[in-house]
Amino acid sequence: MSAAETTVPAFVRGTRLSHDRARDRWVVLAPEKLFVPDATALAVLRLVDGARSIGAMVDDLAARFDAPRAVIAADVLALVDDLIARKVLKP
Amino acid sequence: MNGPLSLLAELTHRCPLRCPYCSNPVALERREGELDTAEWRDVLGQAAALGVLHVHFSGGEPMARPDLPELVRHASGLGLYTNLITSGVLMDGMRLAALAEAGLDHVQLSFQDVAPAEADRIGGYRGGHAAKLRAAALIRAADLPLTFNFVVHRQNCARIGAMIDFAAGEGANRVEIAHTQYHGWAERNRDALLPDRVQLEAADRAVAEARVRHGDRLAIDYVTPDYHADEPKPCMGGWGRRFLNVAPDGSALPCHAAQTLPGLRFPSVREQSLAEIWFRSEAFGRFRGVDWMPETCRGCARREIDHGGCRCQALALAGDAAAMDPVCGRSPHRPAVDAILAGRPVTAPDLIYRRH
Ligand code: SF4
Ligand code: SF4
Repeated sequence: MSAAETTVPAFVRGTRLSHDRARDRWVVLAPEKLFVPDATALAVLRLVDGARSIGAMVDDLAARFDAPRAVIAADVLALVDDLIARKVLKP
Repeated sequence: MNGPLSLLAELTHRCPLRCPYCSNPVALERREGELDTAEWRDVLGQAAALGVLHVHFSGGEPMARPDLPELVRHASGLGLYTNLITSGVLMDGMRLAALAEAGLDHVQLSFQDVAPAEADRIGGYRGGHAAKLRAAALIRAADLPLTFNFVVHRQNCARIGAMIDFAAGEGANRVEIAHTQYHGWAERNRDALLPDRVQLEAADRAVAEARVRHGDRLAIDYVTPDYHADEPKPCMGGWGRRFLNVAPDGSALPCHAAQTLPGLRFPSVREQSLAEIWFRSEAFGRFRGVDWMPETCRGCARREIDHGGCRCQALALAGDAAAMDPVCGRSPHRPAVDAILAGRPVTAPDLIYRRH
């Protein structure tokens, strides 16, 4: 099942985005796991709050970044699908 | 040089179980020698400032410490990811509620086997397996993410497939199947625990089949043994690179088993700051990077992958902590490993248990 604009993604229990102060970067923490999201993934992950839909996230990003909404929507949907497959997010 | 990413906080050596594969030292620290609550709070604060992101509360049995919820709360408040590594036998609803409320992120629950009578025999604790099942149910009901951990060896590795199915059935999100490492107390039981090659191949197959059976519903981590391999494992991701262990008495170690290494003095958090220990102590610098390595390792493509292997294994099997890991096929000490494999008795000797 792939994500749609109406999907409301949330972090899987036990997984979260955290600011790594000592290294000045953001990291995703899970049991025995750590990964450093790239700039695009980070922009999306910072909008994940378990209440906001992907559509609303795309609106937010479209207002901030200079790119057509359709392009942003496609990127965000692909990214969320990937993060769901990696068990960082759940739909 | 970077600060550590992960802290293993060994709150106590006290534990109701007596696993024959316990990697804690033969001589355990007593309660009187343990760091107190204020000292641990300070260690957690220093660790977070150094760049630690994950803290694993471990032991012994960390739930033997009444201040565990307070320490979890403190760590959580510092933004640390908190993991509890427990045998589960001291778990009850009230204690779990206190931990969940303190912000605990994850629980790793150890099982000795999937067959209850065998599990209790191996753990040396009657009723232990049933207590663990109750703990698992409580953790699941609290909606905390849960990993089951099984240490496997010649006496239980035939049931690896069943262990993984059991973890899935009991609602674990993740299962760890870890072959025994022969450190600390476990070294005494090596012949009673070491699998042969046929068992090992069956174990690998059982894990591969379980991965197919469970797909991505269950994360399966498999820690392979290395005696039968000819390339060593990257012990701790490299000495003093990402991992920091604080023992119950406050000794800071690059690895849980490092206390056995002679000639190295591991500073205590009671006498030095974590930053001093991490960045400046002789012990943490001793096997860091590649300069200390034997020539063969320095010229080897795997030197940044396995970091020359495990120092404690080099000491135990080659008699020299600075030798390349004897598991390595290029090590002059490899015959010591082969002799252990060849000399493995067909019938497992009796398990040797700690006396409390
Ligand atoms: S390995 Fe067993 S005996 Fe040793 S600390 Fe862990 S649960 Fe206790
Ligand atoms: S020679 Fe050294 S670095 Fe290379 S595989 Fe063997 S132990 Fe590892």
